Amino acid sequence: MTKEFKRTDGRKPGEIRKMSAKIGVVPNADGSALFAFGKTVAIAAVYGPRKLHPQHMQDPSTGILRCNYDLLSFSVDDRKKPGPSRRSQEISKVAGWALESAIDLKSFPNTVIDVQIYILQADAGTRTAGINAASMALAHAGIPMKDLVVSVAIGKQDKHIVADLTKEEEDYEEGEGATDFPVAKLANSDNFTLLQMDGKIQPERVKEILELSTKVGKEIYEAQKKALKEAICEDD
Amino acid sequence: MSLLSKITITMKNEINEAHEAVETDSDASIKRKVVVPGETIATGEDYLPGEGTIREGENIIATRFGLGEEAGKVVRVISIFGAFIPRRNNVIIGRVTDITFNGWLIDVDSALQGFLPIDEVPRFINKNEMDQFLAIGDVVAAKIWSIKSRGIDLALKGKGLGRLEGGFIFRIIPSRVPRVIGREGSMINLIKEKTGCNITVGQNGWIWIKGQTVDNEILARKAVEFVADKVHITGLTEKVEEWFGENKK
Amino acid sequence: MTNMDLSNLTKEYILKMFSMGKRFDGRDLLDFRNIELVYDISNKAEGSISVKVGKTEVVVGVKLGIGEPYPDSPDKGNLMCTGELLPIASPRYEFGPPGFKAIELGRLVDRAIRESGMIEFKKLVITPGEKVWTIYVDIYPLNDDGNLLDAATIATVLALKNAKMPLLNEDGSIDYDKRKDSLPLSKETNPLSFSFFKLGDAIVLDPTREEEEACDSRVTWGMSKWNGEYMINSCQKIGAEVFSGEEIEKMMEILPKKYEEMSRKIKSLH
Repeated sequence: MTKEFKRTDGRKPGEIRKMSAKIGVVPNADGSALFAFGKTVAIAAVYGPRKLHPQHMQDPSTGILRCNYDLLSFSVDDRKKPGPSRRSQEISKVAGWALESAIDLKSFPNTVIDVQIYILQADAGTRTAGINAASMALAHAGIPMKDLVVSVAIGKQDKHIVADLTKEEEDYEEGEGATDFPVAKLANSDNFTLLQMDGKIQPERVKEILELSTKVGKEIYEAQKKALKEAICEDD
Repeated sequence: MSLLSKITITMKNEINEAHEAVETDSDASIKRKVVVPGETIATGEDYLPGEGTIREGENIIATRFGLGEEAGKVVRVISIFGAFIPRRNNVIIGRVTDITFNGWLIDVDSALQGFLPIDEVPRFINKNEMDQFLAIGDVVAAKIWSIKSRGIDLALKGKGLGRLEGGFIFRIIPSRVPRVIGREGSMINLIKEKTGCNITVGQNGWIWIKGQTVDNEILARKAVEFVADKVHITGLTEKVEEWFGENKK
Repeated sequence: MTNMDLSNLTKEYILKMFSMGKRFDGRDLLDFRNIELVYDISNKAEGSISVKVGKTEVVVGVKLGIGEPYPDSPDKGNLMCTGELLPIASPRYEFGPPGFKAIELGRLVDRAIRESGMIEFKKLVITPGEKVWTIYVDIYPLNDDGNLLDAATIATVLALKNAKMPLLNEDGSIDYDKRKDSLPLSKETNPLSFSFFKLGDAIVLDPTREEEEACDSRVTWGMSKWNGEYMINSCQKIGAEVFSGEEIEKMMEILPKKYEEMSRKIKSLH
């Protein structure tokens, strides 16, 4: 007799955690935002476009997007030593590329757009929460973007495809085990800007991952839109 | 294709130029709503994609976060936040960062460096005495002459331009400059009247205030910040009058 | 926010304003800005808080870990305060290893807390000479609008008081999900720091970033109460301008009053 599949926190397979989104959390920044998936909380700040120093790094044909992602020391159970780990260096790079696709950097030659992403509380999906926050922060900064970027970690627990894994779910061991497949895409088109995975998945099932991320991406876009619009309507 | 209107106001010793039409809610044929990147503002073949938009098939899509505006058949997005986009003839306020053999490097708070050539100085300057005209750390009000990929060339031809002395400078978000100036200068003139201050507004968001008393100068800054911080601008003039009523001693 | 350096004329103006006892935001020279507290900004920390002083925001998280005691204090637990100036907080900060400002932030908060006697280190011992608790305090400014040090000290003290010890299992592992007891802290002590900034002849507390950039020198004092008496616990002067003996004595007069005022202000926020 097969057990009925239940997620540890009772969510349906296609259900993402409760989102929180707010912009303007760092007054000094040109654009900033907070985004949370359940207990995973990310803040992002954007400075730019601004002058790139040292001058020899400037590119006269295009602007540059520099992204820095890290966990704050107290965001995880075992305190993390300050300073970027290899993991955060990798995530900084892929997150930067995920966001870059939405921006026409060629219209900002010789300049840099700096994106900072920090995690206050980590319960899996930190890079996806970070990208969602950074996408709002870029829009808040007035950077021309062809679309917002939405990101979510789609996963697989044995044979079941689920949206937005928690840390507990990442440790699932039965059957085919846990697969973690974080993606990011342009909100309104079928264009993926971040693709990473680890685990086991049959090639023909990858389509399901993409479809679920598109479906869930629409909800994320709505949350981002609401947060951005609220900043303008909340006044006096 | 964006709506540009140039208005020149001369008042005492300043020049202010408004480059964007100021928003008003009184014109019924203009439709506005807040939009985010990727959102469709209007659908139809006969719409024209203006600033901050692109056409994708039938739809005009926003490529910036701001106020999406439909004025007739032209659709554009007015920025509410964002860095300063330099345009020719903009008056800006900048700080001297370096002196080269043929001019001054000016920080105009933009991704591009400003440069003021020595030829722009209205009188003869010995190359060894350049710092006597403008030293590092000094503030200058200048006009943008040309914009190149390597930098912005500045000029001093115009009333109220040149080295600024006394008073102080401070920054507001550049996209708020049009409403601080107001329709035909009405807002900035109101603030000047109520405080008796000289005020030069740079399109790059930097503002210079100099008045008769410190109390009035501080009041003028607060008034400008009050106007700049408001996101909605309906009835702003009344709100400012009210504000002065409460705050002016 | 801008990366434009302070201009000569604005610096002169601030000098003039201060000499008249005035500030842009209408405060007196020795007044602090409005303070806001939000506790538990990270559920992974044993204690955490966000403190806003005006627009300056500092978040602090307290984590507990186990390690060896220092050789010269086998019967005491450890405290490690680290400050990091992440580029998120200001256009002035660059990505990279900590500079002086970040290092100083951690060290000065550490001194103010440690020397006040607030933490009862002897109660952090698990096995003398072998195993002790280490309290990790991580200080992150999220928005620098001046006076990070004083804001960071307030945040650290409150985060420590808010923190709960995790459970130490029999096998020596730590269960972070079961947090129960408060940290062993003296209830009376409550350290605070006061950074006096000097511009011309004026001495100012709690400057905004703009005011801070105009000032020439600073001296920070850590103060607390010990056995009912006010005690100065730490001090650091930075910058090349001098402070006269008279100015220092004036600060000594002001400090106890300011200490009481701030303590009341913080208490009223709870």
